Amino acid sequence: MSVLENVRTTMRRDQTWSIVTPKQKLELNVTTGPILYLEDVNVSFDGFKAINNLNLAIDAGELRCIIGPNGAGKTTMMDIITGKTQPDSGRAYFGSDIDLLRLSEPEIATAGIGRKFQKPTVFETHTVAENLELAMHGNKQVWYSLTAKLSGEQQDLIDETLHTIGLVEHYGKTSGALSHGQKQWLEIGMLLVQKPHLLLVDEPVAGMTHQEMDRTAELLTSLAGKHSVVVVEHDMDFVRSIARRVTVLHQGSVLAEGSMDDVQNNPKVVEVYLGE
Amino acid sequence: MTIADILKGDRGGKTMLLVLLIVTIAVPVLNQTLPAGHPWHIPTYMVTLLGKYLTYALLAVAVDLVWGYLGILSLGHGAFFALGGYAMGMYLMRQIGDRGVYGNAELPDFMVFLNWTELPWFWYGFDMFWFAMLMVMLVPGLLAFIFGWLAFRSRVTGVYLSIMTQALTYALLLAFFRNEMGFGGNNGLTDFKDILGFSLQADATRIGLFVASAVALAAGYIACRYIVNSKLGRITVAIRDAESRTRFVGYRVEHYKVWIFTFSAVLAGIAGALYVPQVGIINPGEFSPINSIELVIWVAIGGRATLYGAILGAILVNYGKTVFTGLMPDSWLFMLGALFVLVTLYLPQGIAGLFRHFKRKQPTDPADGNPAPVTEGGAA
Repeated sequence: MSVLENVRTTMRRDQTWSIVTPKQKLELNVTTGPILYLEDVNVSFDGFKAINNLNLAIDAGELRCIIGPNGAGKTTMMDIITGKTQPDSGRAYFGSDIDLLRLSEPEIATAGIGRKFQKPTVFETHTVAENLELAMHGNKQVWYSLTAKLSGEQQDLIDETLHTIGLVEHYGKTSGALSHGQKQWLEIGMLLVQKPHLLLVDEPVAGMTHQEMDRTAELLTSLAGKHSVVVVEHDMDFVRSIARRVTVLHQGSVLAEGSMDDVQNNPKVVEVYLGE
Repeated sequence: MTIADILKGDRGGKTMLLVLLIVTIAVPVLNQTLPAGHPWHIPTYMVTLLGKYLTYALLAVAVDLVWGYLGILSLGHGAFFALGGYAMGMYLMRQIGDRGVYGNAELPDFMVFLNWTELPWFWYGFDMFWFAMLMVMLVPGLLAFIFGWLAFRSRVTGVYLSIMTQALTYALLLAFFRNEMGFGGNNGLTDFKDILGFSLQADATRIGLFVASAVALAAGYIACRYIVNSKLGRITVAIRDAESRTRFVGYRVEHYKVWIFTFSAVLAGIAGALYVPQVGIINPGEFSPINSIELVIWVAIGGRATLYGAILGAILVNYGKTVFTGLMPDSWLFMLGALFVLVTLYLPQGIAGLFRHFKRKQPTDPADGNPAPVTEGGAA
């Protein structure tokens, strides 16, 4: 029976096989709508619903903060957007044309979504400058990399980024030897040279001093407008300092959305955060 | 891009290549000019033995590229070495012509013995040297490409991949043991007479093969060093250290893995092709899983992710093997095992790591950091 069903699904007359459909063009189109659009997304891991009918839209140029208690599905949501996890159902679009669920991680990165991980992940045995070189936007084919040389323009971008992230004097240092906060900055720098349209930033200020936090806040706010930025963060002070719009996730779906004040005065949010 | 550019900053490599150059010149000279009784005379069997070590060293470099830099522990690289060896062996078999025991100009002896009447299709073309040399690279390369494509696309990594490579070489071992395969079965290919018209027994041919091995090793080393120094090499290391991060930056990790794996298999094939005429035989034993494990040990002992360490490890361990299997044949495997355990425990970076350790004790300031190669490239 199931064989027949499989054949039926494969031979459905209202669909073409995915292997014969042309490859998607990875050109972002935001003229008619949000830059990121998630609709009715569901993911479960061994019966546990990590994401439950999640709907989310991020506008171009927006700086959005996403908060929520542990296990609310924040990181899983990022995994879906960047292609690491396939949802059980739902739709995810980047711009109005790019179907994220049909793309692999490198394709999504090339289309213009950059991600900073919760735990800073840099290439530890490479120097700071090399980390930026590797993250740089551009041709990422194997044969091309064999003979690739940094152009003057790319070198300038690296120098500029080193300035922005405050690691100029450490450019030749192995990135494994950096402090936790510096690694966070380096990873943000790697995002910048990738020149993404949308930045997903997972807990950018964990392990940073207050001064460093202020600088990070400044940087992220300056990025908004040109880029769209989604920040997942636990530190409420930090969120308050940068947020214009805040989305609260709880048990895999959106609990509340609005300005920081609205969200903080929302009785449902208070209940979730302050406990039963 | 000159060779000097490629080797810039690679002191170990420069030293190693210099020693290789001296040996390559000195050995033939000492072999040819001095009389047999002279204390400095190098007998011809020693020349061939050294040539064999050099092919092992090239194989070790190939393994170091995938293991040290890409982080893939291949326990099946012996298979690519043996396939290259078989391709060369097939050419040498065809060169025997009618000088075989059965005097059949068309068929190698073992086929006559099996009552075969015509040459199997996959032996066609192996009477031509260029075709055989093409196959030396193509067959291991193609196998590595297909295997790698399937394995890396499915994101098989770590110990599972190692076991699969081990299974690959074991499957080939079993297949090549079969007479029906048409590669001489258990006995393999042997009784070679000459290569490109030169007798394999002649001193000059043996010296020629020794020099060819040295040249291949040097060229292989420089090619690997070039790759490692290029952006491709930096991406390779990035994949080793943080695979998923590399994906999110936008690199198709599986393409890179397949590329490096295939290149490494081709190098291993070339090493195998140079090995066979020097030892005079190729049989399915070369596919044995133990061989592949042993060569990983050479790299571990020499020091991985250094390239020159692999060469050092391969030559030292094999020299030790020659000496100790002569003195105490039964004890060698215990020694090899003990050596591996000791190196893993006390010298995790191998002998090359020891050199670096001593170098670090010199009064250089590591804090200021050496200028990144990135910046140098950018100035151009």
